[in-house]
Amino acid sequence: MTDGILAATFAVSRRYGAVCALDAVSIDVRAGELVGLLGPNGAGKTTLLNLLVGLRRPTSGRVELFGGDPRLAPYRRQIGVTPQETGLPATLRVGECVDYVGAHFPDPVPRGELLERFGLGDLAKRQTGGLSGGQRRRLAVALAFVGRPRLVFLDEPTTGLDVSARHTLWEGIRAFHAGGGTVLLTSHYLEEIQALAERVLVLGAGRVLTDGTVAAVRAMVGVRRVSLLTPARAPLPVLPGVVRSEQTEDGRTHLLTTDADQLVRDLVHAGADFRDLEVQPTSLEEAFLSLTRDATDPAVALAA
Amino acid sequence: MPLALTNARFHLLETVRVPIALVGTVFFPAVSMLFFVVPFAGRDPVGATFATASMVTFAVMTSSLFSYGVGVSEDRAQPWDPYLRTLPAGPAPRLAGRLIAGLVGTFCSLLPVVLIAAFLTEATTTPLRLVLAIGAVVVIAVPFTLMGLAIGYALPMKAALAVAQVVFFPLAFAGGLLSAPGQAPRWVEAIAPYVPTRGAVELLWASVGDYRMDPKAIVMLAGWTLTMAALAGWAYRRDEGRRFN
Repeated sequence: MTDGILAATFAVSRRYGAVCALDAVSIDVRAGELVGLLGPNGAGKTTLLNLLVGLRRPTSGRVELFGGDPRLAPYRRQIGVTPQETGLPATLRVGECVDYVGAHFPDPVPRGELLERFGLGDLAKRQTGGLSGGQRRRLAVALAFVGRPRLVFLDEPTTGLDVSARHTLWEGIRAFHAGGGTVLLTSHYLEEIQALAERVLVLGAGRVLTDGTVAAVRAMVGVRRVSLLTPARAPLPVLPGVVRSEQTEDGRTHLLTTDADQLVRDLVHAGADFRDLEVQPTSLEEAFLSLTRDATDPAVALAA
Repeated sequence: MPLALTNARFHLLETVRVPIALVGTVFFPAVSMLFFVVPFAGRDPVGATFATASMVTFAVMTSSLFSYGVGVSEDRAQPWDPYLRTLPAGPAPRLAGRLIAGLVGTFCSLLPVVLIAAFLTEATTTPLRLVLAIGAVVVIAVPFTLMGLAIGYALPMKAALAVAQVVFFPLAFAGGLLSAPGQAPRWVEAIAPYVPTRGAVELLWASVGDYRMDPKAIVMLAGWTLTMAALAGWAYRRDEGRRFN
């Protein structure tokens, strides 16, 4: 594998009729990375995943998986996939599903061990139709790991899971990653990407908007949040450098600014009456919203 | 275990767990034997043997049409289907497994028919002819399997079910399955050689008893088989192009 790149796309485009789902996207996934793929609905995340695992062919450009075409079976031997929609044969038992998928690999994880790892140990004999949505989702994620993959593709893995199940799954993913595994995961839960991913790819309208560490993506937008309490009778003076100002229900005023330090100096010099000042970095959510809003707004040129 | 056998095993497991499905494929031919063959032809050894052969053909046709026609189109609508494409196997083992499971299912649906014939009628045949008949069953399963696959890959589930339901009885009737050999109404005997069911049932009649096959029917059956193969291939490739291209 050249340079430890396990999967890559080279100027890949994918059209469905008149709709362009992906537009000249070039990305790569290197061994040992934990990559989070973010984007609003329709951004092309699932399409990109489908191209990488060979479910779809690109309209133009090239896809490589472990150095070869993912549409050929041998190149899929070291991957595991959890698709967005959980589909399991309703009448097969949990253990049987694991056995069936395991039969496709030379050295599958033993059934009992895999089920234990994903908290499904007592459910081996239950038909999948009799599982709750969350249990089915956990099984769908577990199946991605049966074949001892080097690279797993998880499309919104924790959809439908409650908080504790989600955290348990995060632990499982972290453990896999800590053991040398590579993960490409899409999610709507920015908290999840922030918690797990080292590297974030943001897609918008079929293009890569940004590709960097979580910190870099947050810093990209360059906005920090200064929040404070002001007594109602003394409104804040209008200050330069404030991108946006919001009031929340608890009476806090939130000022978004590109230069928090200068804003604090300005506040002090203006003699503003405030208490409980907090300066926070932009959350990934704010960065993401800002980036994708700009991407779909033709009037705003996004500096790449 | 080779992947085709694994697929067959899990396919059968999946099907067997839905008891009502067994009723359709196993129960119906047996009940038809009890209601139609036993009372009307049960006492005539030659008649009963031919009637059993007709019923066997009927069962093979319906079993193939429904298990592939509906089975395939049902599977195509499930998210499990594209998930399996991400596994390191091509589509061949899964298809092979489906065919093996289908053949096992067909023989299971025939067993009650043969048992009823053996114990409740005067139908009789030699061991050699029985072996010939088993071979004939495997041969005639081919065109109906291809027909079922064509339906299954071309149509969504409800349409596939409707087509299978609309098609199976007229095919049986037009092939003269519902009468003794040569005893069907004249217009049926006239059109029979052109339908695949006629060639199929003649193969079975010829293997279990003294019956001379009509070459026209056999040639037509071969033609139908090739046509169905082309249709099934086209339907498969169209489905591939839509979902995985």
